[in-house]
Amino acid sequence: MLSAQSLAAIDREVAKYPADQARSAVMGALRIALVERRETGKTPEERCLNTEVIEFVANYLQIAPVAAYEVATFYNMYDMKPVGQYKITVCTNLPCALSGGVNAAEYISKKLGIAIGETSADGKYTLLEGECMGACGDAPVLLVNNHKMCSFMTPEAIDKKLAELN
Amino acid sequence: MAIFVNGVIFDGVDTSAQDCWKLEAYVARGGYQALRRIIESKMAQEDVIAEVKNSGLRGRGGAGFPTGLKWSFMPRSFPGDKYVVCNTDEGEPGTFKDRDILRFNPHALIEGMIIAGYAMGTKAGYNYIHGEIFEEYELFEAALDEARQAGFLGNNILGSDFNFDLFAHHGYGAYICGEETALLESLEGKKGQPRFKPPFPASFGLYGKPTTINNTESFASVPFIIRDGAQKFLEAGKPNNGGTKLFSVSGHVNRPGNYEIPLGTPFSVLLEMAGGMRDGKKLKAVIPGGSSAPILPGDVMMQCTMDYDSIAKAGSMLGSGAVIVMNEDVCMVKALERLAYFYHEESCGQCTPCREGTGWLYKVIHRIAQGEGRPGDLELLDSVGNNMAGRTICALADAAVFPVRSFTKHFRNEFEYLIEHKKPLVDHKWC
Amino acid sequence: MLEIEIDGKKLTVPQGSTVMDAAHSVGTYIPHFCYHKKLSIAANCRMCLVEVEKAPKPLPACATPVTDGMKVHTHSDMAKKAQAGVMEFLLINHPLDCPICDQGGECQLQDLAVGYGNSSSRYQEEKRSVVGKDMGPLVSAEEMSRCIHCTRCVRFTEEIGGFQEIGMANRSEFSEIMPYLGKTVNSEISGNVIDLCPVGALTSKPFRYSTRAWELSRRKSVSPHDGLGSNLVVQVKSNEVMRVLPLENEAINECWIADRDRFSYEGLNSAERLQKPMIKFDGKWHETDWETALAYVVKGLNGVSADHGKDAIGFLTSPHSTTEELYLAQKLARAFGVNNIDYRLRRSDFSADAAQQGAQWLGSSIAELTATKSILVVGSTQRKEQPLLASHLRQAVKKGSALNVIHVADDALLTAVNAKLIVSPLALVNALAQVLKAVVELKSAQTAVDLAAVTVGAEAQAIAASLTGAESAAIVLGNLAQHHPAFAQLLKLAQEISALTGARFGLLAEAANSTGAELVGALPHRAAFGAAATAGLNAAAMIAAPRKAYVLLNTEVEFDSYNPQAAVAAMKQAATVIALTAYKGAGLLDYADVLLPIAPFSETAGSFVNMEGKLQSFNGVVRPLGESRPAWKVMRVLGNMLNLSGFEQNSAEDVRAELLAKGTLESAFNNALGDVAVNTAAAAGLVRIGEVPLYQADAICRRAQSLQQTADAAAPLATAPSSLLARLNVAAGKEGLLRQGSGELKVLVEADDSLPADTVRLATAHPLTVGLGGMFDSIELTQG
Ligand SMILES: Cc1cc2nc3c(=O)[nH]c(=O)nc-3n(C[C@H](O)[C@H](O)[C@H](O)COP(=O)(O)O)c2cc1C
Ligand code: SF4
Ligand code: FES
Repeated sequence: MLSAQSLAAIDREVAKYPADQARSAVMGALRIALVERRETGKTPEERCLNTEVIEFVANYLQIAPVAAYEVATFYNMYDMKPVGQYKITVCTNLPCALSGGVNAAEYISKKLGIAIGETSADGKYTLLEGECMGACGDAPVLLVNNHKMCSFMTPEAIDKKLAELN
Repeated sequence: MAIFVNGVIFDGVDTSAQDCWKLEAYVARGGYQALRRIIESKMAQEDVIAEVKNSGLRGRGGAGFPTGLKWSFMPRSFPGDKYVVCNTDEGEPGTFKDRDILRFNPHALIEGMIIAGYAMGTKAGYNYIHGEIFEEYELFEAALDEARQAGFLGNNILGSDFNFDLFAHHGYGAYICGEETALLESLEGKKGQPRFKPPFPASFGLYGKPTTINNTESFASVPFIIRDGAQKFLEAGKPNNGGTKLFSVSGHVNRPGNYEIPLGTPFSVLLEMAGGMRDGKKLKAVIPGGSSAPILPGDVMMQCTMDYDSIAKAGSMLGSGAVIVMNEDVCMVKALERLAYFYHEESCGQCTPCREGTGWLYKVIHRIAQGEGRPGDLELLDSVGNNMAGRTICALADAAVFPVRSFTKHFRNEFEYLIEHKKPLVDHKWC
Repeated sequence: MLEIEIDGKKLTVPQGSTVMDAAHSVGTYIPHFCYHKKLSIAANCRMCLVEVEKAPKPLPACATPVTDGMKVHTHSDMAKKAQAGVMEFLLINHPLDCPICDQGGECQLQDLAVGYGNSSSRYQEEKRSVVGKDMGPLVSAEEMSRCIHCTRCVRFTEEIGGFQEIGMANRSEFSEIMPYLGKTVNSEISGNVIDLCPVGALTSKPFRYSTRAWELSRRKSVSPHDGLGSNLVVQVKSNEVMRVLPLENEAINECWIADRDRFSYEGLNSAERLQKPMIKFDGKWHETDWETALAYVVKGLNGVSADHGKDAIGFLTSPHSTTEELYLAQKLARAFGVNNIDYRLRRSDFSADAAQQGAQWLGSSIAELTATKSILVVGSTQRKEQPLLASHLRQAVKKGSALNVIHVADDALLTAVNAKLIVSPLALVNALAQVLKAVVELKSAQTAVDLAAVTVGAEAQAIAASLTGAESAAIVLGNLAQHHPAFAQLLKLAQEISALTGARFGLLAEAANSTGAELVGALPHRAAFGAAATAGLNAAAMIAAPRKAYVLLNTEVEFDSYNPQAAVAAMKQAATVIALTAYKGAGLLDYADVLLPIAPFSETAGSFVNMEGKLQSFNGVVRPLGESRPAWKVMRVLGNMLNLSGFEQNSAEDVRAELLAKGTLESAFNNALGDVAVNTAAAAGLVRIGEVPLYQADAICRRAQSLQQTADAAAPLATAPSSLLARLNVAAGKEGLLRQGSGELKVLVEADDSLPADTVRLATAHPLTVGLGGMFDSIELTQG
């Protein structure tokens, strides 16, 4: 279900913890599984975690599937719903809002023609509102696909970023 | 970009230099000298702890608990494994200092954790890193590799019989994992649901083993304390408030960023350093210690110095040192609504008062903000808050209540006006 | 000891007690939802907040450890305010649909809302609604809006069930209790979550909407299924069993019961219940009255006895029958001159009969077993044989006991296993002999068993070390070991190991009254309390050398026999098959010629003796259905009609008193065996592993519809190691042909590499497989 490369990455996560504590690697393993699905998935449905892959990860780590599911649904960066090729998460929490976070989200929303929480019809973009990313000094900040943080996202910077993604 | 003044962690760090995070640069700044000295002089564990105690270092994660004292709680002669854990799950709105430590000076943290491991006799440590800062997580992994290569981590560190290894654990989006026992649950591969205490982590922590958890900044201060002496650190601050501290200044200032300054520095000076109010607007209010700390009106704040005692006296908390500055354009109902939304979203969901109460608070505040407030709503908020605070496993419920109480106390007129007139008193602009 | 004061009452409690424990010890009630004495502490509901002097805020009684001199107020202003506050939070999103809720009348939330809440709601926002979940055929999770997130169900599956099947997904107020998506809850003891759920979120699917709790009357009873002897509360309305719940008995079932104990009652109300006597003539069945039917029986027995002698008659009984019934059955048989009586239809080895010195049993109490530091379980599919005992053993492991296993399949026991030897049934004796040899070596001791040919493997070594090194040890033989063709040797080896290690040894009784059947002497070689008896044929011999007449007490031989093929053939050739039965099952209708409707356990007084030798009596909870009669009465009347003396009993109590006057229970049980030859060589060949499925074990559960929809009741398939499939050229995932004797069966074959080499696992006692032969006999597998 997962590539040899992903499995090797999961094994590296497992190695961080005591031998009888492979469960500790479940967050990393789900993240790795999600990255693989995002990179290989062709539709929004194929880019998010689903029950098969969560169960696969659970079995791989020998934990109960429902325990892995609890984890996948508790931490909100795991995509459990169909998601665009580029998931853009803008921090709109108070400190960021005071430096343009909300404006940035609105700007992107207008520009892409999708409301917050939506995925564009072509499956390319998903726009989400995020909670504090620990980068309020760089506001407005946004995350592309969970792992790439973009700082000081003024309208010009947003235009540039979106052009880059396109 | 962060700006640093007169501190210990960022002393000599050129944040504009690409490689400032590297081992080589750290060593050139005097890094790993403390560890070397401890090992070469075979410093006694209790002496290391005593040094940290004497420095007056208080936990930088929010609660301000004396770090040396915490270390002394670890059972000495425990037969099995023990752990040190670093809390880089920086998610308290307004706080962004730990990310900069990982970005620009990760080895200070690594060295601090190794020293902690030495002092408390643990063989392994973990650093739990906030989900949203994946790049810093990867960079920290690279720094760990460097340290391992250089023999600072692993077996027989610097030729001694001290073994210690350190690993990074990446979170994935849950504010609650900043709470130390939720963090431990999460490290164990579970949902981040805080544990009831007692037992405390020092007796029942990671995998049920004795564990000490500190904030990134707390650990990163330790190499300086050992290298330059407790006294020097203590003197950098003021009594009961030892050392310098990182303040994350955000909001309506000209230069948001991190400022590492002596505890006890007047707020007005800090505001000045941050370039003063953006567009010269009037200071309306400040949250001085992260979103969970009670908000203070601007004029009250201007009388404070930036240390645990002064801020507490003014009725708030120094917390994580996140200073959120708001100008006169902010409608306090709107601001509170956004925070209430956050706590509602982030409650772990286990305790009844928090799970139900954070939702209730948000829904009422949201209603008021929409112009659908009803008479009695403020009393209701107060009463719901009273039924939450102090009645849950962890302090998230309290953190959700503090803003509600303080906003409705200091800016009651704005709430009353909105409820009565169905429109805000302040023509709100975020920025 | 610590001193504490609760509401002014002074008491002392042991170190480590919580405030809740302390309050319970003096009968002070503290409201709670998430707290449960058998589950870990979650402290999440916050209902149990109390005031503790010197603490600035109210503390949860369930999680707060007592400290010396602590003063607690459970009713102070602070405590009451806190409790009312929590209650308000619990109700804001609750649908408050008590009038239509199944839990109505027995809902903790409803009860506490009245006592601890405020009357009017200040919550004016929209209520949350949560979609229902599918947890399978037993547990309904339709109304999850009622859930108060106490997580008792989650903790139960993980801690008592051994595998987390229910979780709380999401977070904050969006938290939802659910099983893994697309999966049902499959634990054998899952129904306990219904009792644990303090509200009406998890309810009994079979029971839902059938009646209101307050219309039910509660009667005590004892489970008629496995040998644990779980205590039951049977709830009844209008002479019908509506629901079964656990009756707490700390020494046996604690506060739990297995799903089989809980949901089998559906079988009591089955359409297959026999309500009138029936006789077959002209190849057709005819309902008749008792007089006619009994006269037919008497005529049949007298006729066969006149034509062929008494030895042409065989009595086959069931270990699910009551002690009284089995006692009278053997008395009737023997008084009539028939010595062929047995209850051990699924056994295949009777070579220990002559060496047996007492009634076989567990060898200790259940509590002693679970407190044992090193336990060796031989030949037991634990979770499917005595599901709740399996859970007890898991708890024992948690408390530090070492669990060792010798078995024919590496099934997940959902617990840590210290050492395990998984071998073909043909090597089971050898495996236990390895342990004996290792013990002999460790102890530098001697044994009479010839172990020269035995090579000790590492696992056997580890098991031996565990048994000899522990402060206390026990060896128990499961159902599979008892059904095994070398049962006597296994028991003998256990005895030898026991002699050297001081371990207790015994049997995990298969059925509710296996131990009682031993006691009353429903056996060909022993009468009640071991009294001498003229030897008769055992169950296998009665089939191998078919009789002219059979009297079947509460048994369906096609499901209850070691070799159903042979058993059915024997029935079919008999001149008369007289069945005392509660059901008109297809098999009986085929091979019997008279059916006498008898009352199941719920409709008669009686007693069962559980595996630990505890005799537990019960009364009928409803009147016998239709014209059924308690079996003891039927046998008494038959005794009278056959002109036998000693059949004057007026009640089940009379029968019991007569039995118990013959000896004392304490001295009746003894597992010691005299001489039994042990052959330690592991034989070669392809052999079947034919276990009894969980819900095919007895006539009642076979007819419980909801249990029959569970994963455990799925149609059997054949599994075998892939090496074997390759050698036999049989494809996995396709139908294969299985042959035993004259019977063959096409069934789906799957690979299972955890099975020992040269084994094919295919359940017995199932309608699909009744045509096949012995449970652990050789078998042929081809692609077909
Ligand atoms: C809701 C909640 C969130 C918290 N978040 C953080 C955090 O993001 N970072 C942190 O260091 N401590 C956080 N804490 C405090 C930790 O529980 C803990 O006190 C701290 O990590 C201890 O480190 P220190 O002694 O060095 O301050 C949080 C506490 C609560 C109740
Ligand atoms: S107070 Fe809230 S966040 Fe903290 S443990 Fe309880 S439910 Fe979870
Ligand atoms: S019973 Fe104590 S918190 Fe639930």
